[in-house]
Amino acid sequence: MPEVRNALAPAAVAQARPQLQIDKVFKRFGEGEGAVVAVDHVSFDVHPGEFVAVIGPSGCGKSTLFNIIGGLLDDYNGNVLVEGDRVAGPHPAIGMVFQEESTFPWRNVLDNVAFPLELMGLPKAIRTEQARHFIELVGLAGFEKRMPSELSGGMKQRVSIARTLVSKPHILLMDEPFAALDEQTRLLLGDKITQIQQELQQTTLLITHNLTEAVQLSDRIVVMTYRPGRVKRIVNIDLPRPRTSDVVSSDAFGHYVAEIWADLREEATRGMADTEQRTRGARGHG
Amino acid sequence: MAEGRKAGRALPIAVGAGTIVAVMLGLEGLLRVGLINRFIVPPPSEVLLSFGRIIDEEDVLARTWETAFEVLVSGFFTILIGVPIGAALYRWRTLRAAIEDWVAAAAAAPLVLAFPLFLVMFGRSATTVIVMSAITGLAPMILKTTEGFAGTRQVLINVGKSLKMSDRQMFWKILLPSALPLIFTGVRLSWTFVLISVVGIEFLINLGGLGQLINDLAERYDLPGTYAAIGFVVMVSVIFFVALERLESWLQPAR
Ligand SMILES: Nc1ncnc2c1ncn2[C@@H]1O[C@H](COP(=O)(O)OP(=O)(O)OP(=O)(O)O)[C@@H](O)[C@H]1O
Ligand SMILES: [Mg+2]
Repeated sequence: MPEVRNALAPAAVAQARPQLQIDKVFKRFGEGEGAVVAVDHVSFDVHPGEFVAVIGPSGCGKSTLFNIIGGLLDDYNGNVLVEGDRVAGPHPAIGMVFQEESTFPWRNVLDNVAFPLELMGLPKAIRTEQARHFIELVGLAGFEKRMPSELSGGMKQRVSIARTLVSKPHILLMDEPFAALDEQTRLLLGDKITQIQQELQQTTLLITHNLTEAVQLSDRIVVMTYRPGRVKRIVNIDLPRPRTSDVVSSDAFGHYVAEIWADLREEATRGMADTEQRTRGARGHG
Repeated sequence: MAEGRKAGRALPIAVGAGTIVAVMLGLEGLLRVGLINRFIVPPPSEVLLSFGRIIDEEDVLARTWETAFEVLVSGFFTILIGVPIGAALYRWRTLRAAIEDWVAAAAAAPLVLAFPLFLVMFGRSATTVIVMSAITGLAPMILKTTEGFAGTRQVLINVGKSLKMSDRQMFWKILLPSALPLIFTGVRLSWTFVLISVVGIEFLINLGGLGQLINDLAERYDLPGTYAAIGFVVMVSVIFFVALERLESWLQPAR
């Protein structure tokens, strides 16, 4: 299985035009002394059907990059190309899932998921049918009439994912969708995501700070540095597909985790030292 | 399940009613013993007995309706004017920075004192009562509406942006539903202000509904009747609040 994939994948990737191109993207917040370079000349591509993870320590500029790719932050240098168009404002080919909980508390599960279809003006019967399909896909069948306040954090996050998938985005862009969840739920949701990705051949860019999650799900991992946020390394993950969370107990998995952790540890340590120093500085001044 | 819920609802009502009865009985007792002067506080039994009298002789039901109608009209005006102004204050930051504090200050201003001015403009009429009361209720309506819109979580707005929603869609489908709970808080606050104002101004300019009746009865030194009339004011208030609560839970089920 892995051999077959390895033999085919590079050729397929080389032929296809990248669906998403991130080219020397640069973003600085503020001016003068207080300025923070959040994203510094970040470049990488995502090809059709590929699952790419961006990993980096907290505060390294991942959400900033997410907002730029999603078109919510217009004011940046460099280029983000979606199917060849430079991103200026949200691009219709991209569907976003946010780091924070983002279901509409005044709508039940079905109406939350059907929301994008409602905006398109589709008739109710069709909306309901399609929404039900994606609710089932994320494993929430039977919860259609529940309000978000009656759901657990993991279930709410699945509602958000279904709401994004229902409009059939060409590229699924997710910012730490499982950050607030416990490890077991995270692994099981990871299975769900892998399954969905394989079913829909969904091009996906996942932003995360969780190493096992990144290795479990991705074809490639972009490792970012802390301050300024640069690309440190891009790692190809040649684990067999279809995958399940069982993959975490394999030797190859452990090998990838160890390899990326070596890079990541350096950055995370710098990040922590930096935060500590600033906290101390702030205390000293205060 | 349903029975449990019924019992859960019945208990607070029973405790509430029981408390009122107990206070009344206590008051009655203190008055009978002479610890409280009955020329200042009428015995609850007499107040209770005078309910029939003010219904027969003072036309209190028609007056209750008159007062309720004025509250309803003023209340609707506070919503009709206050919500758009509140939304505008959210939409235009400069406008908000410029006038929000003034609106907050206006909420505390004793507007009733300006009644002669309104008498000159609208005469001694229901219009005066309604206009003054609507203005009195406006400030909390505006402030809570603005607060509600401003409290919309950024991530929900981002969801809207990522779906390329128009400003119109954003308003009706995200901002307004998100602001609704606080808008209802505003309605409740402003209708309280409106009810107080309506009865107060009726009392002051001696015109129309329950306020005027209370004024009359008090001047005739009919204390039990006065308190019974106040009982009707309380009733109007209770009816409005129950109705608002129903409306709110109908508009946003189990949020
Ligand atoms: N609107 C902003 N104005 C000023 N600075 C900002 C802004 N947004 C982010 N930053 C700064 O940019 C840096 C990167 O922030 P970002 O939110 O992208 O990090 P992150 O990698 O997503 O972190 P986390 O993993 O904790 O979510 C941080 O130092 C942050 O303080
Ligand atoms: Mg982030």
